[in-house]
Amino acid sequence: MQNYLDGNVLAGPLGEVFAVDVTSAMGQCASCGAQAAVAQAHVYPDAPGAVARCRACGAVLLRLVRAGDRAWLDLRGISCLELQMPSE
Amino acid sequence: MARAAVLGRLTWQDGTVREIRRETAAAASIVIDLPDWSGHTAGQHVDVRLTADDGYSAQRSYSIASAPEPGRVELTVQRLPDGEVSPYLTETLQPGYPLELRGPIGGWFVWDPASSGPVLLVAGGSGIVPLMSMIRSRAAAGSQAPFQLLYSVRGPADALYATELSQRQRQADGLRVDYVYTRTVPAGWPHPPGRLSAAVLAELTRGDDPPLFSPGGLPPEPPAPDRRSAPSGGEPPGHRAGQAPAVFVCGPTGFVEAAANLLITAGHQAGAIKTERFGPSGG
Repeated sequence: MQNYLDGNVLAGPLGEVFAVDVTSAMGQCASCGAQAAVAQAHVYPDAPGAVARCRACGAVLLRLVRAGDRAWLDLRGISCLELQMPSE
Repeated sequence: MARAAVLGRLTWQDGTVREIRRETAAAASIVIDLPDWSGHTAGQHVDVRLTADDGYSAQRSYSIASAPEPGRVELTVQRLPDGEVSPYLTETLQPGYPLELRGPIGGWFVWDPASSGPVLLVAGGSGIVPLMSMIRSRAAAGSQAPFQLLYSVRGPADALYATELSQRQRQADGLRVDYVYTRTVPAGWPHPPGRLSAAVLAELTRGDDPPLFSPGGLPPEPPAPDRRSAPSGGEPPGHRAGQAPAVFVCGPTGFVEAAANLLITAGHQAGAIKTERFGPSGG
């Protein structure tokens, strides 16, 4: 399981979907409760899509598959995201 | 982070290659004009997309090397022997060619020129590129934030930006550059080649170094980068853990893993260390 990258690498693919940078958001792992920036997750890019795992417990946080004119995004491993937003 | 949290989804932009500079035998810097580009934050990257006549397209991420500038961005690309995109970018691409880009991307691995605290940059190979953007941004902003770069490369011929780093360091404005050579050392180098280790890290960041050169005694023009070439008046101290610098580590996965572990063992807080690993997908 050495061949992983940082969650930083998801900024482009997620930036196609969301209007704010999700990689600098703090996320909570639904499996172990660890909190970290999405950018700090371990990303395995060689699956059919990108798979992000919790750096603490290894559970799958997020899966993103992009093909043609569709994207599939599975976020069930993240129980909460805290996003930096412009002031209301 | 707020600065980098740009609102609006990523879209592709059409750029034009303005200039290509060879940096080493395997790396080139590519200056691209992008009419709709509004600048970036040091540390961010872009996606580059190449499309063949038959519609086949390939996309890669590359770090931005330049300081922020509207309408223009500069990348440095390392050619990977079995890569698909990097050989085209480093060997075929010419000024005037079109290039499709989107960005700037990423709001985590970034340095804000408004922050004045000490910064420790740790680069492995072409992992220096986003860190060079930080060094250039620091200079462009007139920042006095103490910066130290630890740059691990195979040998002097592989070092990116060696001349520029040497010139910037001689300005003696709080930038210190230290090299770690893993395979080949310059003539007269006082250390055998070797990887970044706990001992080397401790030596380079201990923070109480006496100046290597007496004031007024400039080091000779650098034929090769020195691990410890000091500007006139003495070099700034290294950034030991007790000074709690913000740490940015970028390089291949194995290098980043090893460097981050060494830094934590040396007393740096895990939360102060930001990492960017790049893998074979960069080809």
